[in-house]
Amino acid sequence: MDADFTAEDLSFQEDVRTFLENEFPEEYRSKIDANKRLSKEEIVNWQKILFAKGWAAPSWPEKYGGTGWSQIQKHIFATEMGLIGAPEPVPFGMKMVAPIIMAYGSDEQKARFLPDILESNVWWCQGYSEPNAGSDLASLKTSAVRDGDHFIVNGAKTWNTYGQYADWIFCLVRTDNTVKKQEGISFLLIDMNTPGVTLRPIYLLDGHAEVNEVFFDDVKVPVENLIGEENKGWTYAKVLLTHERTNISGVPRGKRRLRALKRIAAETDDGFGNNMLENHTFRNRVADIEIELKALEYAELRTLASISTGKAPGPESSILKIVGTELAQRIDEIFVDLAGYLCLPFVPEQFEDGFQGDPVGPGNSAAYALTYFNNRKASIYGGSNEIQRNIICKAVLGL
Amino acid sequence: MDFSYSEVQLMLQDSVQKFVQKSYDHDTRSKIVESEDGFSKENWQLFAELGWLAVPFTEEDGGLGGSAVDLIVMMEEFGKANLVEPFTATAVLSGGLIAKLADGERKSQLLEQLVTGNLQLACAYAEPGSRFNLSKVTTSAKTDGDEVIINGSKIAVLNASNADQILVVARESGAETDEEGISIFMVAANADGVSISAFTNFDGKKSSEVNFANVKVSASNRLGAAGQAHAALQKIVDRATVGVSAEAVGALESLLQKTVEYSKTRKQFGTVIGTFQALQHRMADMFIECQLARSIVVMAAMQLDSSASELEQTKSVSAAKSRVGKAIRHVSQEAIQIHGGIGMTDELDVGHLFKRVTAIDIMFGNADYHTERFAAL
Repeated sequence: MDADFTAEDLSFQEDVRTFLENEFPEEYRSKIDANKRLSKEEIVNWQKILFAKGWAAPSWPEKYGGTGWSQIQKHIFATEMGLIGAPEPVPFGMKMVAPIIMAYGSDEQKARFLPDILESNVWWCQGYSEPNAGSDLASLKTSAVRDGDHFIVNGAKTWNTYGQYADWIFCLVRTDNTVKKQEGISFLLIDMNTPGVTLRPIYLLDGHAEVNEVFFDDVKVPVENLIGEENKGWTYAKVLLTHERTNISGVPRGKRRLRALKRIAAETDDGFGNNMLENHTFRNRVADIEIELKALEYAELRTLASISTGKAPGPESSILKIVGTELAQRIDEIFVDLAGYLCLPFVPEQFEDGFQGDPVGPGNSAAYALTYFNNRKASIYGGSNEIQRNIICKAVLGL
Repeated sequence: MDFSYSEVQLMLQDSVQKFVQKSYDHDTRSKIVESEDGFSKENWQLFAELGWLAVPFTEEDGGLGGSAVDLIVMMEEFGKANLVEPFTATAVLSGGLIAKLADGERKSQLLEQLVTGNLQLACAYAEPGSRFNLSKVTTSAKTDGDEVIINGSKIAVLNASNADQILVVARESGAETDEEGISIFMVAANADGVSISAFTNFDGKKSSEVNFANVKVSASNRLGAAGQAHAALQKIVDRATVGVSAEAVGALESLLQKTVEYSKTRKQFGTVIGTFQALQHRMADMFIECQLARSIVVMAAMQLDSSASELEQTKSVSAAKSRVGKAIRHVSQEAIQIHGGIGMTDELDVGHLFKRVTAIDIMFGNADYHTERFAAL
């Protein structure tokens, strides 16, 4: 038993590091370090830099412009990206709709949609959840009724992330009301500019509207935008949900944030003549998190090793999702505890480009509370942690 | 042994509940938070008429008795409604310090103005490097003849932007963390050299960073004896700590109740989610946390009203704040989680209660700090 990378993997790791050091724009890096959001243009620009290198789509097969990397190489790439804080590709196009198009789309659809996703020319968003269909996704009601060469779509989707940036949306729609709920669902691609599509921003606890409600009012969608067969959408979506659950542990990001936490703690006065890193309670809590992160890292590596031998990712991804999100939330908490009074001011603009206000404390402390609030979403999205525990109960424990 | 409320306490509770029911729903609160002042002057006047502003003070000082139990009865109700008016800043903290340190004509005049709703106050104690240590004071006060010159910076000064007077904790002598040498001065908020940069905290309360640059006040603006204010400050902050802990208890109960109600109406998988045992047990745990938080706050308030030693009282306060902090994390996070996405939205009151209790967890020292203080005493 060993957890070592091969010589080729190590040299690959070195290549990735060198590339990221040189090519991930310094400006973006300092924004990420200062807890600022990258703009749409910056995210797209970074994707295009990766595309130029041929690294835009690590998870795609080579024939569609993917990297053809091994599982280990993908892991190394994701790790190095996370350690430096470089944003992952926007998942909706690259990781979510593209694999469905590859697996179930027609040749025309592949030719029409995949190159623009690979080059980040088109921004996709997801139309799955509805106000009354959250964890119970299959109960969705947005309807698509066939009318000649078109579907007429009516209904509402919610928790739509960055719909305000999106050119296209992939949706689950109900095409048959008379059968079991899972059997009457279809997978439809909709141009966001089609008349009848409207967006309502949903402001979250951090004062930012990163999600939306999307309304469809007699929206005419050409039949050629249907993926695969009518009423088979649920089968396709289930595959996609497994894609959503990989790479979710966030270990590299956790390591990067712990590093920042320690640096800031060393600059934070404990009020008694020491810094917070010298405070025993605080230090023990940091240690607890580091230990948990180590366990998670090795849980992920074991999963990785198993996938590398050809096994399909199973319920292990549920473990990684649960522990990864809950550990990230513990890190959010300890940042709040470190900042104390300094994180009380509510300054949502501080995440935006060009905000000139003074940072309120070391490391821009006022960001920590807002991050804490915002990231409560992590245990809710992507199949809530309750749903993940159900999966473990059913698939592993046989309950 | 009797844990029931007195008739007066029940009336107080009833009067807050009636007010909240009639004029403090979530939409009204949101409008108040967005207003320029960040609180409602009309409400404040009403609080005065209802006698609420007099609750923290003894009858001798023109108040209603000043018991800590009275205070928690009222503040729990404030917490349920997520009341944003500056009761803690003006009445409990600043008013408490005036009652404790000022004397004679000045004291009765100020408290009279306060309980009639005609005086807004702020207490500037925390500094960028003080964290939660009340005796870490670098803001300086230098005597110059009959005047005192104040220099320094304060953070997290609740209600400073609306205050007529700011009570400034400053050092006249001694080393940075000495308890000796700390005084409190009344400074007009519009005095030369006072600059206030105001913002809204994430819980909707108005707060400020206040800078004092060569601010001159008369030596008679000192409350109490020179360099001897620390004990009074600690005592009043302890009282305010129990007050906000009670506020948290109210807010947590509110979160629990809203979560249980939601789970009885939200349908997924063909049934209301409240029928899932996995969620039922978690709501039972939330209930247990609420009960323990309530119990320990009652304990601390009773200790403050008793003849227990200073040490016992202080330990009780830290025990309460620490335990309530733990309950805050548990109950508020579960409330959001069980609500799901809708709990994350700015629209729903649940998220605002979550933010309020998170702020209370920080106020006057978080759980870690109070556990350490409890252990050290």
